[in-house]
Formats: sequence, structure tokens, C-alpha cells
Amino acid sequence: MGERERRGAPPYGGSFVSRAQVMDVDQIRRAVKRMAHEIVERNGGLDGLVIVGLQTGGVEPAIHLVEALDTIEGVRVPLGTVDVAFHRDDIGLRPVLPEAPTDIPIELDARTVVLVDDVLFTGRTVRAALDALQDFGRPRAVQLAVMVDRGHRELPIRADYVGKNLPTARTEAVAVTMNSVDIGEMVK
Amino acid sequence: MKHLLSIDELTADDLRDVLRITPSFAEVAQRRISKVPALRGQTVALLFYEDSTRTRLSFEIAAKRLSADTLNVSVKTSSVNKGESLRDTAETIEAMGIDAVVVRHRSSGVPWQLTKWLDASVINAGDGWHQHPTQALLDCFTLQQQLGDLSGSHIVMVGDIKHSRVARSDVQALTMLGAEVTLVAPPTLLPPAIASWPVRASHDLDASLRDADAVYLLRMQSERQHEALVPDLREYTTRYGLTAARAAALEPKVPILHPGPMNRGVEIAADVPDLDQVVVVDQVRNGVAVRMAVLFLLLGSGSEQAMPDEVATAGATR
Amino acid sequence: MSALLIRGGTVVDANGTGVRDVGVADGVIVAPDAVPGSATVIDAADCVVSTGLVDLHAHMGEPGDEAAETMLTGGRAAVLGGFTTVLAMPDTWPRVDTAAVVEHVRMLAKAALCHVEVAGCITVDSAGTHLAPLGELADVGVQFVTDCGAGIQNPLLMRRVLEYAKPFGITVAQPANCLELSVGAQMNEGEWSSRLGLAGAPAEAEEIMVMRDISLARLTGARLHFQTLSTAGSFAIVSAAQRSGVRVSAEVASHHLALSDADLAAYDTCRKVEPPLRDSSDTVAACEGVASGLIDCVVSDHTPQTTDRKERPFDHAEPGSVGLETALAVALTREIDITHVLRAMSWRPAELLGLGSPTQRTISPGAQADITIIDPHERFSVSTRTQATAGTNSAFEGAELRGRVRSTIVAGRVVVQDGQVTP
Repeated sequence: MGERERRGAPPYGGSFVSRAQVMDVDQIRRAVKRMAHEIVERNGGLDGLVIVGLQTGGVEPAIHLVEALDTIEGVRVPLGTVDVAFHRDDIGLRPVLPEAPTDIPIELDARTVVLVDDVLFTGRTVRAALDALQDFGRPRAVQLAVMVDRGHRELPIRADYVGKNLPTARTEAVAVTMNSVDIGEMVK
Repeated sequence: MKHLLSIDELTADDLRDVLRITPSFAEVAQRRISKVPALRGQTVALLFYEDSTRTRLSFEIAAKRLSADTLNVSVKTSSVNKGESLRDTAETIEAMGIDAVVVRHRSSGVPWQLTKWLDASVINAGDGWHQHPTQALLDCFTLQQQLGDLSGSHIVMVGDIKHSRVARSDVQALTMLGAEVTLVAPPTLLPPAIASWPVRASHDLDASLRDADAVYLLRMQSERQHEALVPDLREYTTRYGLTAARAAALEPKVPILHPGPMNRGVEIAADVPDLDQVVVVDQVRNGVAVRMAVLFLLLGSGSEQAMPDEVATAGATR
Repeated sequence: MSALLIRGGTVVDANGTGVRDVGVADGVIVAPDAVPGSATVIDAADCVVSTGLVDLHAHMGEPGDEAAETMLTGGRAAVLGGFTTVLAMPDTWPRVDTAAVVEHVRMLAKAALCHVEVAGCITVDSAGTHLAPLGELADVGVQFVTDCGAGIQNPLLMRRVLEYAKPFGITVAQPANCLELSVGAQMNEGEWSSRLGLAGAPAEAEEIMVMRDISLARLTGARLHFQTLSTAGSFAIVSAAQRSGVRVSAEVASHHLALSDADLAAYDTCRKVEPPLRDSSDTVAACEGVASGLIDCVVSDHTPQTTDRKERPFDHAEPGSVGLETALAVALTREIDITHVLRAMSWRPAELLGLGSPTQRTISPGAQADITIIDPHERFSVSTRTQATAGTNSAFEGAELRGRVRSTIVAGRVVVQDGQVTP
């Protein structure tokens, strides 16, 4: 769930209530497979690639992508996770805590990083992630893979690999698991 | 959470939350660039009325790793200024637009008095004999690293409990986490009304060490032998010091902690600090991470609102 | 000075309680029908009319500490608190240890709206070494001597004092504190001092001195008054001594009726007092002692401090709280029956000061017109900013109290009307 959901949640909390399912488990599996093929094609193979999932929503998708890439190419791409709590631009405006320690197991110099998140919304989380990555080296390139792009960008950020494009209203919420993608709203 | 003044103003959940997020801050130290912009633009004043290189540096590094600016407020500690108006110092700092003040003072209660005159967050780095909450937090974190879940574990604390803010804070924190604490000291160095503390008190160190899961040594100041509290340091060391023999009798897995600085030859025999089971270096390293967590919680996480519940709820719906 | 007619009040004095009118003319109480028609009428319906309150323990600041309080500001505070007489403590600069200083203080006290009696020191400069000229002090009308502070620590000196003072008929008073046992103490020793990390003085530091001086009073046959006792143990020791015939009296400060060491949790320096706030069971014993009469007097122990002396770390703050404007209300808020309160704050302290026995000092024709009119139900919030005292240190800051002084009449003159000092 993008941070807009969290920010809109009354107040900083509440639960998600689904209005409609947008992707079922099979559609999700196919989307992951397609994105994996796109990654291989775009980068001419998996040499020098690192998959980094954003805590916490991007971790599961990242793991599934690594599995899918292994199935296609027979190569296990290194997997890391990054927590962007320390790099957010809205610190002090609302409660945010680190979810889990950042874990980047290898130096990122000259590598291609594929950042993975569940929902791309305003783009601020991704910007924070780009900032955080700098502490671990200087990648040759950074690409972005998301399960859902729901529009309403506030920064010049775009995804290279998209599971599903989903136009939404600002007040709506999107929930992503590896079994279901739903659109709905946050209620207290 | 606006201030961190004492352990007994925290709930067990608050305590666990700090310990839970500390590893994220420890990780920052491992990065090639061990600095994150979380507190960029904020200023932390270090108001240390008592000399303390170790704690002050720890807070300074913690603040800098979060990209906060630090300000060392040098306070003359001559006896002439002992009665100097606290309020004047507080208002000077406030006028400079500080976001947080870390204060250490030899008089109990000073951090509470400062909160009356400051808008900034106040962090107690040790007040008189009263509290040293960040020390207790890093001690709990270190003990958790060594022992896992502290519930039911037996911690033995030895030394001048009566005059120890570390003892007061640690006893509260450890018992909140479910540990059982035994305090070992001569009767003159136990605080009054010890029966009202949630601990066992003992004057027999050897008996207490037999079933200890961890040993915590407190510093024994040489001044105490001049106040008719103990006859002399030699007798103190014989009965209450962690001699080489006592250390050898401990199982190797029993960690030995000390808040520092150590009086080698008094509360701890000269060679004992070199043993592997003495985890003082871990304590110091963890101290920076814990203090980063505290600074982040007070200044960085928007915790003007009540903090952990809302975040926990938000996380649960993702 | 115009005559007064106090109408419809409940008169409470040593003769009893009853609703009746009271007349005042030329500074004395007269029968209500003897008052001229031009008399000012004071409506005292639903109020208690009492003989003026007498405070046996107030620090008036002057001479020497005018920044903290003067006779003018202290006098206003006194009459607003219902006191028509205060006993000014001698720990001034200079100390009241000669007749000359006594006269000087009396001259300064003319600025006060209430009567001011002057207490003298026991030893020269209260240094605890040489006896002050007690005979000379008695000759100029000093009724009460105390060294304040640490009192008389040396037992031999205390014996000599009690023996020497006997023929003068003056009251020797002692704050009870064994200094060595309370060395470095900032508060009461107990669970709270243990928790707050402050050095504490055990109750025994006071009780040992009480026991010692009662033995000396018994040995010498002298009369002795204990200032500001604070522990249940002290009250019990005094009670037993009184029953066995020793001529001992005791006072308790109003803050010891209500506040305990738990009230120091926020390190409020205005609650740092000497003797320190004790356990809550001691406050209960104090209230019971006042109600039963075992404690003779409730005093204000009014100790004004300038702000800078209190805005320091707790262990460096000067001790003391103001009390003239709240003492009566504190006693009433603690639900002590008003008859007992008035005995402890008017009849008995007057007697101990030689101002007449309770039966002499009553609301009856011929008596001096020192009168306090009290509304025992009116509530108010304590704020040193609006108090008349120059001191800003009240242990009751922000507290809600019940029992307000409506009017205070000193020697027939109305000095407080409707809770305000009359211009």
C-alpha cells in the first residue's frame, strides 16, 4: 500500500475495506512472470542485477520476482530489502517507524538495481528509496518494478515494469497481496 | 512521546518498541555512508553539567548519524555556579531554537524542572542518583542479544545501589520485561525502603552468582569509604568485587556488564575485563543505536501524536 | 475609626457557638445594642465570626531579606489569611538577640496591618554557642525565644537554656532535628526518597530530638514548645509527655496537614520544606492531633523566598513555602472541625503568647476587637501571582482550597473587607 493510503487513513490507521477485486491469484502470477521476462529482455540477461524490495509491501513481490527469474534463466539474482523510514520527506508530519533493518547483502557499485514495490502512487517512497540506496554504493542503473501503478504522481518518477495499470481516485485505497489486488477505502 | 525522562514513565510496550526498532539503527552504522537524513535540519543540544565523555560522545554520534546538528553547551562546573539558575540556562537554549536537549546533571530532578521552561524535547542522560533511561535501554538490548527473551531470567546487580541511577533505571526496565533481579550490596549501600522495590536484596555475592544468568557490576566510588558507608575499598572488593576467582566460577555463557568507566581492582579484578563474557564493548556499540532510536522517536517519527498504536495499525492493513 | 456592627454571623469562641450580632467601638468589642446608629454594618450571614487568628511562626523578611518579604507585604498576607497577630521569627539580619534589635523590628512592624509580636534568639546570632541576654529580652516584652534553623543541638546548652529561662516566664521553643542523622537530606527518608534518588532524613531525626528535649524539660521543670513537628511518632511522644505532666506544647505547619513526600514526585522545589513533607500517614496523624487538641497550634511557617532561590536543582533550592494566606483554608479543606481549627489557630496560640487564656480572649464586651470573619464554604484556587505576599513559593500553587477570610478586624479597624485589603 502506498504511503498516500497510510496518510489518508483516519487518523494514521484504520482498516481496509474492499469494494472490488482487481486481480486474482492467477492474474498476479501471470503478471509476475511477464515482468520477469521483461526484466531479462531489457537487461540482456541477469548479469550484475540486484533485486531490492521496499519494506514492507515490496518484499513479497521481490521474492516472487527472484523465483520467476530463476525459473526463466536458472540464475538466482541477489535479493535485498530497504527500509525508507529514515529518508522520507514527510518526517515529523506523521508517525513513521522503521519496519525492519535494511539488508543489502552486496556492494551496489556498477550493478543494476531493480527496486520492487507493491503500489506506485505519489512516487515519494521511491524517491526515498533512491536516496537510501546511495548509502550502499553507486549503481550503474536503477529500474523500478511495481505490482500496481495507480497514478497521481507528485514527482517525476515512472515504473519500468508494471503488473497492472489501475486508474484510481485519490480518496480510494489499493491493497496488494500476492493472492489478491483490491480497490476500496480505509475506514476507522 | 515528547520527552524521555525516566523508565517508569514508559509502559512495557513503549520499552519493547524501542528495543524492536533499535536493530534498524544499528544497521546504519554498517553502511558505507553511515548517515541517514532522518533528523536533517534539527538541532540537539548536549547540556552536560557532569563530565562524561562516553555518554556525551554516544549521543553526539547518534545525533550526527541521523543528520541532526549538535550543540555542546559547555557549563562551568565550579562550585560558584552550583546554585546558578537553571531557568536562565534553559531560556538561553530555548531562544536559540533547539529541538532537543540531552541533559546530564548531578542533581536528581533537573530534567523534570527543565521541561517546565523548555518547548524542546528533553532527554535525561543521567540525573543525580535518580534515572539514566538510555543506559537501561541499551543494557536491556545487550542482555536480549545475549540471553534472548528476558522473561524469567535472573540478573544479579552488584555495587553501590543506593547512589546509582543506573540501578534505579535498570531495575525498572528489567522487571518490566519480566526478568528477576537480585541486588547485592552491603546494607549501607542499599537504598532506603528497599522492600518496596520489585527485587531480591542480598549481602552474599557468591550465593547470588550461583544461579545468575547475567551479572551487572556497578562502579564503586572511592569517596564512599570516607562516608562511613564501607570501612575501606579492600573489604568491599573482598566481599563484593568480581574477583578473578568469582569470574572463573561463572559459566562462560553468563555475560558480565558494566556501565563504565570501570574501577579495575575495585568492583572488577584487573584482568577480568579482558574475558570474552564481558560485553562492555557491545554495550557501548548498542548505546549509539539505542540513542539513535530514542532521538528518532522523539524528533523524527512525528510522534507528537501517541506513537506506536497508530503505526502498528497502519502496518497491519498493508 | 467608625464603629462596627457584625450582623448574623455564627460566633465561635471558647465560650461556645451561637448565632449573634457583635458590636465594635473604639477598638473593643461592645454589646451590639451599644453600637451607634452610624456604625458600619458588616453582613456575616453564613459566616463564622471568631477571635483573630494568631500565627506563632512566620518569617516576615524584614530586616535583612526585603527582596523576599517586608512587614508591609507580609502584614497584608497575614490579614488576608485571617491573622490579626503574627509572631515574627528572629532569624533576620541582624538576628534578634538584643533589646536594641527588638525595638528596631517593632518599629519596622508598624508598617504591618496586623499586630506583630517579636520573637528573640536563644543564643547570640543563633550560633549555638553563647546565651543571648534572655533577661534583657524579657524586660522589653519578648515572650518567645527560638534559634530557628538547627535549633539547639548541644544537650548541655539546652539544659542551661531551660534552667536559665525559667524565672523569666518566657517560652523556649525548639525546632526538633538531629542534624547528624539528617545530614545532606533533601526530603523524608522512605519509599519516595528511594525512588526519587534524593538523600532523606528519617522520622527518627526529629523524634530523637523530641525525646531528648522532653527529658531535659522534665529534668529542669521548664516549659518547652516544639516548632513545626511533622511525624506521628513526634506527636505520640509529646502526647505521652503531656499526660505525665511535662509542660510541653507543640505546633504543626499547615502544609504538614495536607502534603506528603509523594507530592514531591515532580521535584517541585516549592514543596521542599524543613522539616520535610512526611508520609501520608503522618498527615493523618497531624489532622487527628489538631482535632484532639494534642497538637496545640497550627502555624503557617510562612517562609517567603525569591524566585531565583527556588529555580535551582532540587538539592540546591532553598527550603520553605509561604503560608499566611492559605493556612486556615488548608486546615478547613482537610475537614478538621472549625472549632478545633480555631482553637489551634486562635485561642491556644494566643494563650501561649501571653495574650490571654481562651476564656479571656473571647467575643465578649471589653475584649480587644481582633476579629476574623470566615466563609467556611467559599472555594478558591491558590496563585502566588494574586497573593499579597512577595514570595512566589507556595507548596499549594494551583490547589483548590475551601475556606476564605471575608473580613479581618485589627484593634477595631477593618483591614480586610470582602476578601480584599482595605485601602
